[in-house]
Amino acid sequence: MLSIFKNKKDTILSKEGLGILVFENTSEVIQAEKTLKSNNVKIRVMGPPPGIQTGCDLVIEFELIKELNILRLLKKADISPQQIVPVTDPLLIPVDLFHVKNFGAFLMVRAANMKITIEIETQLIVNISGGGCPDVPYLACKMVGKTLAQAPDPLEIGHTLCGYALGLAFEEIKKQC
Amino acid sequence: MLAVVGTVTDQDFPLTTGNINMIDGQLCINGKNLLTNRGTPALLGAMVTTLNTLSPSTDNIQDTTGFIAGDIGLGNGSSKLYQYLVENIPHMDIDVIVFHYLQPDVDWHNKILFKLNDLKKKPVIIADAGFMYAAKMSGLATSYDLFTPDVGELAFLADEKAPHPFYTRGFILHKNNKIPDLITRAYFHENAAKHLLVKGSTDYIADENGIMFSVNSPATETMEAIGGTGDTLTGIVTALIGTGMKIPKAAKIAAKVNRLAGYYANPTPATQVDEIIKCIPIALKKILKEIENPVSPIR
Repeated sequence: MLSIFKNKKDTILSKEGLGILVFENTSEVIQAEKTLKSNNVKIRVMGPPPGIQTGCDLVIEFELIKELNILRLLKKADISPQQIVPVTDPLLIPVDLFHVKNFGAFLMVRAANMKITIEIETQLIVNISGGGCPDVPYLACKMVGKTLAQAPDPLEIGHTLCGYALGLAFEEIKKQC
Repeated sequence: MLAVVGTVTDQDFPLTTGNINMIDGQLCINGKNLLTNRGTPALLGAMVTTLNTLSPSTDNIQDTTGFIAGDIGLGNGSSKLYQYLVENIPHMDIDVIVFHYLQPDVDWHNKILFKLNDLKKKPVIIADAGFMYAAKMSGLATSYDLFTPDVGELAFLADEKAPHPFYTRGFILHKNNKIPDLITRAYFHENAAKHLLVKGSTDYIADENGIMFSVNSPATETMEAIGGTGDTLTGIVTALIGTGMKIPKAAKIAAKVNRLAGYYANPTPATQVDEIIKCIPIALKKILKEIENPVSPIR
């Protein structure tokens, strides 16, 4: 709590009125994003500033004015940010481009460095490729051979930025079908 | 020693080190079986298959050592591997080491790289996947001998500000069709290894002076969708480098072999990569026959 209060003081210094929530790992970011969005809190998942990058990170950007409500919602969901930091430099923006490729009977969607391919008629996930974080093979193991309806959501069981990107590709390919 | 460091999808798989063998088509390390259908086992499968093809007299590759742990993205298995390597690298005799699906972590990366650099005989160091991300982010990419990025990962290497491919800036991503520009930019910002093997519809072998070779035949479009085709390429090139072959030549042959193995597998987008690994022997033999100077068998 002390660190939160300390950072709360810092946030007053923010000129832009924006702060970031820093979590221990990407899984917690994904859970926090889900919790906050389901409560209609306006947030964005972004890349951390250089000073707190470890190599596989996401942070949540939010309006500082909503900090108290956000912390209350997260506490209710049993999620605790490690730090709350004011935004002083531009944050990294995740790749938001989707590439769709049709192979005839198969459809592939790429989001950032992750690709998911399905058989169109059956909606069976036939391949997952790309990425470099260790949950990529794990997610492929859990998803390949299942239909889009049966497969677990990478945003639920993934833990890294590659898992997050696959989650975006998964959402997009469901929209395409 | 030809060392491979990576992870598997069973989070209970303990930190395991030992010789990698292929017994009756089944990859194993210290008696534990690994499925070669994706990730680091796909790299290992391609690597051991390549070595066995070069040296058909034995199924056991005595000097091929795996450093493997279970990790599903939480980083715990990767951390165990990092800790083990930091403690044990000073006592190892490594000729070639390849890092693969590992949780990107710059602090651990630096500790390991410093240990490798301290060895009397500096090994050939290859990075792919998550460890390549950490290598780039550390600012120490030029300490590596070979990176094996795909085109998207090359754009990440070219973007001096991106800590992960997920944050590659759009104006750089849009240069996807301008590979030479991306390679130049990656070297300009010192975010590339001494050699690059760029995997894609055309494979490129490059160094700081630019593209040395490109390989675009045979072209099998469906390979893009198949998970693990980049891993097999990294496995083949690692095996060839392990024979003592120079990196540019090994990369060129590996690109040709991987493409031809894909072609022989006659894949659809639903094909799994182990089908391609099975075709490596015939592809490798054909390519080696084509070049008049075949490599020596493994000793």
